[in-house]
Amino acid sequence: MYRYIIRRLLMLPILLFGVSILIFGMLQFLTPYERAALYVSDIPKREGAIDDIVEKYGLNDPFYEQYGRWIGNVLKGDLGFSKTGKQPVAELIKTYFPATAELALWAAFPLIYIGIQLGILSATHQNSLLDWFVRTFAVIGWSFPTFVFGLLMLMIFYAKLDWFPAGRLSDWAAQAIASEGFRQITRMHSFDALLNGRLDIFWDALRHIILPVITLSYLSWALLMRVTRSSMLEVMRQEYVNTARAKGLANRDVVNRHARPNAMIPVVTIGGLTLVGLLSGLVITETIFNYRGMGYFFAQAASQLDVITVLGFAMFNGAILVLGNLVVDILYGFIDPRVRLS
Amino acid sequence: MTFKKLVRTFFRNPLAVLGLVLLLFFVAVAILAPVLAPPVGERGRLNPYRIPRDGFSAPPEPPSEEHPFGTTEGQYDIYYGVVWGTRTAFQVGIAMTVATLLIGLVVGSIAAYYGGWVDELLMRIVEIFQAFPFLLAAITLSAVLQAKLGKGLLTGMIALVAFGWTTYARLIRGDILAVRQRDYVLAARSVGVKDLTILVRHIIPNAIFPTIVLASMRIGDYVLSFAGLSFLGLGTEVGYADWGQLISFARNWIPALAEHWYILVYPGAAIVLFVLAWNLVGDAFRDIMDPRLQGSR
Repeated sequence: MYRYIIRRLLMLPILLFGVSILIFGMLQFLTPYERAALYVSDIPKREGAIDDIVEKYGLNDPFYEQYGRWIGNVLKGDLGFSKTGKQPVAELIKTYFPATAELALWAAFPLIYIGIQLGILSATHQNSLLDWFVRTFAVIGWSFPTFVFGLLMLMIFYAKLDWFPAGRLSDWAAQAIASEGFRQITRMHSFDALLNGRLDIFWDALRHIILPVITLSYLSWALLMRVTRSSMLEVMRQEYVNTARAKGLANRDVVNRHARPNAMIPVVTIGGLTLVGLLSGLVITETIFNYRGMGYFFAQAASQLDVITVLGFAMFNGAILVLGNLVVDILYGFIDPRVRLS
Repeated sequence: MTFKKLVRTFFRNPLAVLGLVLLLFFVAVAILAPVLAPPVGERGRLNPYRIPRDGFSAPPEPPSEEHPFGTTEGQYDIYYGVVWGTRTAFQVGIAMTVATLLIGLVVGSIAAYYGGWVDELLMRIVEIFQAFPFLLAAITLSAVLQAKLGKGLLTGMIALVAFGWTTYARLIRGDILAVRQRDYVLAARSVGVKDLTILVRHIIPNAIFPTIVLASMRIGDYVLSFAGLSFLGLGTEVGYADWGQLISFARNWIPALAEHWYILVYPGAAIVLFVLAWNLVGDAFRDIMDPRLQGSR
């Protein structure tokens, strides 16, 4: 087991190095002059101003020198200055990450738990009416673009019924949070509200988060349901499940005690990866619901071609994903002895 | 499984048949686009993918005799956009599937054929590409490319292909490694057939058939991702007949969506049904080709 973990840990710097090369490489598609243009917001009045920038930032230097400078800054926590955000990218991430994490945490439970339950239900009733119903429900969700489903939710529950608002907080709640007496501990509004004992703010935060959570869950159920279902079906054909049946166990015990634990092995990986993906993959959901998190800001920067900000965010997300995958892999090794022995 | 049995299994599945019918419907719409929504005027004939406008005022207009699906912001005709958008969807989906498959095939077979450090290196590169969430990576790359190439179908597609090929490289490598162990490969080798001939004539045709079938069913996924880019303003230019682009107008009318439902519902239905059709057909094929899912219990 230790050898497995150590091998995975040794891979980590290599992967992070590769990710950074890839991101910096994308920037090199642009000529030095196009890259210099990324740093200026107005048309320069003086002739040769762009040449000065190319000179000053060494944009004409060989690739490895530029990369060395850039990665040196990244390691110091300097991801560049954001034109759209008008502050350093690292500051933006610090400000917006808690919002994204809050949304991901709230979405995690319904997404994973219900997805798995649907899969088990569908597998234990294979080819029944229930199975067809669950699978159709899931495949429809799988076919929705996030933005169409999100906009439909807003059309029905915001524009028509006015039950759930868009955004992250109502104005009064945002003011209350910014006020003197409110301590922002996690910067995740719903949890902060609980810690401060402000149930009204908690409820307000929840009302804002419900539609994005429904959207994220429904569109991802199909994947988890599908993996759980096929894994369950495979396990249910194993000899030890037959043995359990042969010795006269009730169907419930066969499913719950013998089949399900073993069927969960691949599901853990997919579930873990989905969670990790949530942390960085909320771009469209946050944009539609006007939920000011990292994804929202990423989309803003991208649509205004603020390449510096986009690459900074991408580097941060790449690092999160690499680390998250590592954790999932190691957990997988603990759960499934076959992995660490191979 | 024989072809005949495959067809029979397919047609026993009502959802698969529904998917097939939907698909044929979209094919018909794509082919008949010039008849269903004839381009207007000289400029329209030059580039039929430009949606005609009826004036320039901002508020969308509800469906009428002249505009069966209404007009969206800027008076772009929704019906025209939905019909010609079908062509765009097929173009994007098919072009991307072919491109990702080809890259995946080349990288995957090189890795599996040479093995050793070549395999190790290529697989690490694949892992690095996969270290990004797909859509996020594509958004990043298309933002960079757009600064250079400008808006358009090609920019978005390059960005999606650049990060989309990795799955196939892995799958095909795995397929080839599995087939390499088969007896008929050993037989070919023992009578002295050259390695490359074995790879091209025996291994690849036997290894990649399932992967190709499954890949062709992912056209829907690609259309989804591309629509996402378009929606964020990183795909086609404003006014191009593209579903994601058409729907992105709805973002500016969220509080009034109850009134202007048609700017979301018509193009939204088109894209959901299109993707659903591919998913239904693809699901059926996966069930047929995965023996583990057959008749347990």
